[in-house]
Order: sequence, then C-alpha cells, then structure tokens
Amino acid sequence: MDGNSSEIRSNNIDDNWSTTVRFAGDSGDGMQLTGGRLTFEAAISGMGLATFPDYPAEIRAPAGTTFGVSSFQVRFGEGLIASSGDHADILVAMNPAALKVNIKEVLPGGLLILDSSSFNERGIKKAGYEENPLENNSLAGMQIISADISNLTIEAVKEFGLGNKDGMRCRNMWTLGLILWLFTKETNETINWLQNKFGKDNILAKANMAALNAGHSYAENTEISSDIIRKIVPKIKPAKGKWRAITGAESLAFGLATGAIKSKLNMTLCSYPITPASPIMHYLANYELKGIGIYQAEDEIAACCSAIGVSYAGGLGVTSSSGPGISLKTEAIGLAISVELPLIIINSQRAGPSTGLPTRAEQSDLMQAVHGRHGEAPLVVLAPKSPSHCFHIAQKAIHIAIKYMTPVMILSDAYLTNASEPWLIPDISGIKENPVSFGEYNENYMPFERNPNTLARKWVKPGTKGMEHRIGGLEKDSISGNISYDPENHQEMTNLRAEKIRNIQNEFEKIEIIGPDKGDLLVIGWGSTNGPISEAQELLSNKGYAISHTQISCLWPISHNLKNIASKFKEVLVVEMNDGQLFNLLKVETMPNAKSLTQVSGKPFRVSYLLDKFKEIIELRN
Amino acid sequence: MSINTEPDKLKPTDYASDQEVRWCPGCGDYAILNAVKKTLADKQAKKENTVFVSGIGCSSRLPYYMATYGFHTIHGRAPAFATGIKITNPKLDVWVITGDGDSLSIGGNHFIHLFRKNLNCQVLLFNNEIYGLTKGQASPASRIGTISPSTPSGSLEAPISACELALSSGATFVARGVDTAIKKLVPTLSKAQEHVGTSLVEIYQNCIVYNDDVFKSFTDKSVASEKQIHLEHGQPMLFGENNKKGLAINKDYSSLEIIDLEQNEKEISRVLVHDYKNKTIANLLTQMDQKSMPVALGVIYCVEKPTLDNYYTEKLNQHNNEISNIMEKGQTWTI
Repeated sequence: MDGNSSEIRSNNIDDNWSTTVRFAGDSGDGMQLTGGRLTFEAAISGMGLATFPDYPAEIRAPAGTTFGVSSFQVRFGEGLIASSGDHADILVAMNPAALKVNIKEVLPGGLLILDSSSFNERGIKKAGYEENPLENNSLAGMQIISADISNLTIEAVKEFGLGNKDGMRCRNMWTLGLILWLFTKETNETINWLQNKFGKDNILAKANMAALNAGHSYAENTEISSDIIRKIVPKIKPAKGKWRAITGAESLAFGLATGAIKSKLNMTLCSYPITPASPIMHYLANYELKGIGIYQAEDEIAACCSAIGVSYAGGLGVTSSSGPGISLKTEAIGLAISVELPLIIINSQRAGPSTGLPTRAEQSDLMQAVHGRHGEAPLVVLAPKSPSHCFHIAQKAIHIAIKYMTPVMILSDAYLTNASEPWLIPDISGIKENPVSFGEYNENYMPFERNPNTLARKWVKPGTKGMEHRIGGLEKDSISGNISYDPENHQEMTNLRAEKIRNIQNEFEKIEIIGPDKGDLLVIGWGSTNGPISEAQELLSNKGYAISHTQISCLWPISHNLKNIASKFKEVLVVEMNDGQLFNLLKVETMPNAKSLTQVSGKPFRVSYLLDKFKEIIELRN
Repeated sequence: MSINTEPDKLKPTDYASDQEVRWCPGCGDYAILNAVKKTLADKQAKKENTVFVSGIGCSSRLPYYMATYGFHTIHGRAPAFATGIKITNPKLDVWVITGDGDSLSIGGNHFIHLFRKNLNCQVLLFNNEIYGLTKGQASPASRIGTISPSTPSGSLEAPISACELALSSGATFVARGVDTAIKKLVPTLSKAQEHVGTSLVEIYQNCIVYNDDVFKSFTDKSVASEKQIHLEHGQPMLFGENNKKGLAINKDYSSLEIIDLEQNEKEISRVLVHDYKNKTIANLLTQMDQKSMPVALGVIYCVEKPTLDNYYTEKLNQHNNEISNIMEKGQTWTI
C-alpha cells in the first residue's frame, strides 16, 4: 500500500485548530534556522508542536537546483500535535526549485510566499521549469504573496554597509518578519534572540533586525492583508515548568548521559561519522559532561569494539550508527552477547538497502536488530516513539544492559533524530540513583555464575585483585567460563542466553493502550509512527469508532501480554515503515490473524491516509 | 589462587593460568609465552592490572594461558578493544596479542590507526608468515611464491613489512625479536612495556606445521651471528663473528651497506651508532633485504609522543558540566 496516493485534504481534520508552515530554499538560505525561530515563537505561546526537517544527502548542491533544496516543516496548534502535518498550509519558497520540489506538499488553497526576484529566466531554467510557474496558471487556486524579497532585504540592510551577498543572507529574517505578522506575533522575541546571538551592537544583529522589521512592516503596510486570513494564535496551558524544544538526537544524548550518571558510571560513546546518526556524537562531545566522553573511531567496527572495551574495563560503552554501520558492527555485537557485557547500540535507521536514502526515515532494520547475527545471539531491542520518549528509552536501555549484562539496541530513525517537540525539562535530581555494584574479591568466583533471578553474570572489571579471569568469543563452560567444546554445555549456554533475554519482558509488563481495552480495531505501531497513528486514532475515537492504539517500546523480547491485549479486538493492524517486519515477528510469535499496513517511501505516514485505512478496516468488519 | 596465599615475589610460573596450553608441540608460541611470563615476573607486574587482549589466530589464544585478565576478541580488532579499555582505565597495562593475518590483513585498519593514535599499550605481533589456525594459507606477510593450500602454484602478492608499516603510520616504538632467542626477547619486551605509547614488537615465530624453517636463513645457529644485528641505543651497529662487520650509510644509494672491518679497519669511523630516535635510519633498518643484509633486531625506533589514553582522560577530567545545566542551555521558556 502506498501512503502517498491518498487525497490531499485539510490538516484541520477535526475541530482542533492547527497550521503547518514549510520553509524551503537552498542549503545556504537559512531555512532550518528560520523554521526553528517560528517553532520557538509557537512554543512560547504554549502551543503543541512538531517539526520535521527534510534535507538532501548532498551538502551544498549547486544553488537553485532541485536536488539542493532543503526544507523545514513545523506544525503547531491546540490539542494533540504528534505529527508534523500531512501537508503545508503555508509554503515559503526562496527560489523556483524550492517551489517545484515542495508544491505537492501544499494544501489546495494554501498560501505560497515567494521571492519574485528569483523567478527570473535563469532561476526558472535551473529549477527545470519550462516556463514561469507564476505566469502560466499552474498555481491556480493558491494564495500567493510574491514579493521582491531579495531587493527589499538588500534595501533594508543597506545602511549597515552590507553588500549584496551579505545582504541576501538576511532574506530569511525578512521572511520570518512577514510570517510572524501573519500569526499576529511581534518581533521583540526574535530581536532579543538576534542580540544575544550576535551581540547588541554587532552589525549582523542590526542588519538582521532591520530585515526582520522590514518583512513585518511589509506585511502590515501592503494590501496582502485583505487576501490572507491572519491566523490567531491560541493560548492553551501546558504543564508548568521550564520548557525547551528537543530533537530525538538530543533526547537520546541526554537520556544516555542521565542513565550513566545515575548508574555512577563513566560513559564513552564510540562512534564513526554517519548520516543521520552523527548528531548524537556531536551533542555529547559538546556537552562536556562530567565523566562522559566520546571517541571517534577509525571505522564502524572499531567503534563497536572500543565500546565493548569500555564496558569490559568498567565503563559504559555506547556505539551509535545507522544501517550500513550497524551491519559492520554485527560480528562485534555477537561477541558482546557471548561474553555478556553491557553495551548500548543505537541505530538511527535510514532508508536502505545499501546507501539507500541516507537522510530519509525507514523502520527496515527491525529484523536485522532482532535476528541479524550469526549463531543464536539474542539481545534486547527497544524503540522510542517520540523525541521526548528517547530520553526515557535511553535510560531504560542502560538499566537493562547493566542489570542483565547484555547488549541493548535502540532503534531510532532519521525522522526521530531530527524532529523536535516541546519538552518539559525534567528534574534530574528526582531520578533514582542506581549505582552499579561491580564484583569484588571472592575466593570462589566463577566468571559465568549467574544471578538466579536475572541470569546475569557478575560484572568484574580488570584491576580487581584476586578476580583475574579470561573471557572470549569461544564457547565457555556455563560456570567456570573456561573454553568448553562440550555439546551439552553449548546447548545449556544457548538456552541460558535465550532465557535471560526472554525474561526481560518482565521489565515491560505494562503495555500502554490508548483507547478502550476492547473494540473493533487495535493498531500496533512502533517508533516514530506514533505521531500519525495516535492522531488518527484520536480523531476516529472522537467520532465514536472503537479503535485503540499501542506503540510497542520493547520489540525484543515480545511481551506475552500483547497476545492477550490483541485477543480482545476484532481486528489487529500492524503499521510500520518497512515491508512488514514487526508484522512478521508478531505473526510468528503472537498473533496469526494480524493485518499489515506498510509504507517504504522514506517519508512518515500521513494522518489522513491512516485515517482512511483504519476506517476502511473497521467498516468492512462491521 | 586465593588472594591471601599469593607469594610475595611472583615467579614466571605464577603468571600461568590453570588452562592447558593447546599449541602444536614445537610451536614458537611456547617460547614467546615463556618470554612474556618472564618479563612480567622481572617487573613483578601486578596480575590484576595486566590485561592481555587478542584477536583470532593461534597466537591470540595466549590470553587464556595467562593468570592475568584476558579478553580473546574477534579477528583483527584487538587494538580497538584495547583502545576502549585504556581510555576507560589508563592504569591498566594492556598487551595486544596478534598475528600477521590478524593485524596485517583483516585488522590492517586498526593496526595503522593504533600507531597514529599512540595508545599506551604493547603489541606483540607473532609473525609466522602464514595462516596457522585455518590450516596454512598464505598470509599478507608470506613471501612471493609461497606454496600453500590457497596458492598451490605459489603466491603472487608481495609481503607487507609490519615494522615499515608501523613507522609510516606514526609508531613511537618499533622493535623486533625472534621466538627462540628468549634472552634477547625478554629485554626487548621489557623496553616495550616501559615505553609510554604504542610499542610494536614483531616476533619472528616459527610455525612448525605450515611454514617450518621459514626464518632459518637468519635464525639458524650457524648463520645467526652473520645474519642478525642486535641494536643497542648509543652503541655502534656491529655484527658478525667478533663484531667484525658494521652498518654504514651508502651515500650513493641512501641505503645501508655492510662494512667488513676485518679487511678495512679504518672504516670503523663510518659505522653508524644506533640512535633509536632517528626515523630515517629506523626506516633503512626495517627495509634491509634479508638476502644480502642482516635482520635488524632489538629496539629499532623509540620516541615519546602524547598518548591517546592520556589525552582522553585529561580531557575527560576537564569536563565539569552538570547535565541539568546543559539541558537548560539555549532557548527555554517557562510556563
């Protein structure tokens, strides 16, 4: 099934108001920054919001070409805002290429804000248009603000002595000024921000402020106001406290650090640069937190091996990558399973196979995570469902890795990594400390003797006197840890490794269900599909449909409870951005009658599409 | 052994684990194992602070036979594990045990980066110029023409020189030894252990089953004095019977040449004095052709440079941010 075939329709599919703004331009046009500013303005108004940066794999493709267009989408409003919007209500396109790439993302009747000076012969040709789209009626039905943004900006910043090139860099602020006016926002917050960023008397601060104000007054003084409805920003009250916006990558970094700190462990993230996983390494490198460092290894394999070395020596080893890198780490992960050491592996999944679509999201590494190693090599697989949830999942992963002496893989994706949402900054002092107790001298120490409850062996680090022992990838005696080729021992060790992981489902006994615990349809999702699924579920539920939703955090081991939960629904639908991988796992393990809904386009599901499909299944059944 | 019954002075045998050694009888690995235990005993190394990390291959079984900490990892990757261990606990004395296939083929990338990063550890490269554990295939160190199960008509590829590779990768300590020459190997291992930085000791190790006598041309007793030069820092580079031969720079070819002092005593002034800080000479020493020149043994090169583990831990000690402050950095709003 293809998620893009659905009819375009309004984002305001129910009474809750929301709007979606998409900024698009060349990589150097500052669209991510402008989008970020509008996000912040929406956030301080207390609105729910979700953002989605969409950028190409090329770093600085030639200016004005379609393959160099990057964009940033932000959706905000009242009520549940869990997805970044199916389609844009407003598109800001800084050149013809940006319009061409993004026009299909805009609602019919939506508002286009265009820089008219870029729609010259050269720009139009570069974008691959046959003729000027502003003149051939192809944008009929759209509302258009076509202003000479380039020249208006250059004019506004002239007094600060900025040349055309530097002046053009302020176009994004001019545009932001206009947008802020559309949402009845003043420019003072952004002015404060510019002054903080550049310094009060800095020439760039002044030029950007002038451009911002010029855009704002342009909107106020020209007749565009008669065509465009000025949207009123609603005020709703979220929880009290200090808030910030957070991306999945930041949230994972915070969660890992918090987990390590609360376990009283030094942590090293050992990584190798790869899109889209690198931001986690960058954040941790820049935080300079006590006891927490990063190590950039010479390759993916070395990154994983050094992380295991960290854990062996009594630190917390973490390695982070995306699909191609995870494939390379596989052999080392098998060793970590065999020697039973804690290890956190983060996979920020991207579209594959092979190099695939490096900047696009997919959930197609689930089978690799669960089964992708030689030998019987079980580990724990967790999946965060939103940027803020990453914070909890990272801590949970560390807790499990230490308690059960096992590698834990966290499946994030390109969407979660970059998407952001408002986050109530947690009180770290309120999070329980859980210091690791390393094995101390014991005359009768046996390296593979296990805790009878968790089946975990003792974590004994080098440097501990009298506890010297050897571990390795060869099969070992189930108690002494000495090399053993004994057939019965191998069977026993295989069973023990499997049982240890199977028991970890007890950690996830409580499965959260949104909606009634019985009904017509249970939608099962995992990871970043939570946004669109939960919005679609809420909309249908409000209309009286008996639909419920669960987003599974622990993908391996699969909880036995899931079977019981699913049995109370007439239909079960597994929704995921792959060819049906969780569906296949559940079919084998838990629910032979489940149905599958998939999309492998590199883009998130649209709420409207899910809505149609859910309705269809429920109505067919009744 | 109980912590309370440990003797005051450790003997080489006190560093042996209770595991039966499973190398082929006559394998050069036995001699190296003994040399390692002797080195540790000479230093009275603390067992609890000593870690042997290995990859895959015959040599990589060594950690199982030591009564220290040991980690038998995966093929070629021991340097990467060692890195994680040392940046977490730089006080540990880490020995990487590897072979020519393990470090020069599948683990080539980690091998060169280890030297570039200068992790403070020892690398003992057991070079037998063959894959032993997989039953005798030609390795990247095998000479051209090596007959093996995978190269029945002789290998085509030229061998890699581990020491040359290490030097060009930025190694700060490069040394060589011979498995059976324990008396010479022990002091070399000892210096490697003392060196702060990555110390490579390439050990010519005879594989009695698959590549027997491959080093005979310079290890055989009858030729050893003529075909080996034992380098000592600050000492003239003399070798041969009664030290009647010396190494000097051949100015025409910018290479080393042999001076026969018996025939020309005056030429002694041209004989090089070994300065292990001189990288150019170190390169020339590692490049000498085994057929016409002696094999350089002992410490070939040794300089001090900052180490990765020291850099990492110093940097980490400077980290003083609290997570709660970092979370509140940047744009926040209060409701």
